[in-house]
Amino acid sequence: MTEIAVVFGIVCVGLAMALNVYRLVAGPDAIDRVVALDTLYINAIVMLVLVGLRLDTLVFFEAALLIAMMGFVGTVAAAKYLRRGSIIE
Amino acid sequence: MILDVFVGTLVIIGAVFTLIGSIGLARLPDFYTRLHGPTKATTLGAGALIIASITHFTVSQGAVNLPEVLIVLFLFMTAPVSAHLVARAALVRDVHSVTGGSSTAGGHRRPDHQPGADEPARVDLEPSPPSGTESGPQVPR
Repeated sequence: MTEIAVVFGIVCVGLAMALNVYRLVAGPDAIDRVVALDTLYINAIVMLVLVGLRLDTLVFFEAALLIAMMGFVGTVAAAKYLRRGSIIE
Repeated sequence: MILDVFVGTLVIIGAVFTLIGSIGLARLPDFYTRLHGPTKATTLGAGALIIASITHFTVSQGAVNLPEVLIVLFLFMTAPVSAHLVARAALVRDVHSVTGGSSTAGGHRRPDHQPGADEPARVDLEPSPPSGTESGPQVPR
């Protein structure tokens, strides 16, 4: 049960990441690309968790935590730059 | 057995919600609707998947794996904050909206905005601002 569900989940999240890359390339405005990158890093975290479940190992979770923190900082910096033209005033 | 079914169900729910959020991001018509997919559906999907992973590894290792708990806490705290910042940035940039021109009721309206030109007629609930003054909430530049 769990193995089939995890493989199904990996397929679903891979499809979701492909859709995010489509929005990242096609997004009409720069802010669309920021949202696409934000979703892409969340999906990367999900993919790491799923691969960890599939391989039954714990080594990916530090990487997922780092991606979560750095992705948030990156999204905030990009949004502030697009809003004000500078990141730190 | 029960645990297997629980983990598998949570994995399927999480994967489907993640996929739905990304489909919304790819298919919805303008930026403000597109923001709904990732910020709600994808966060819920990621939360369900990480809870499944926490359950699996807590039972198999005999102890709670702290980085996973931190990931889910961090995701649930930061997703609304980043969505808010991105939406404010989009308001200031005045990105295209399917309702035409003004993206919020009573918000900053473009001076050259002609209502009814390319949009279906809709009822303005608020009285229109007196002409000449750029009223409405001032969006800081």
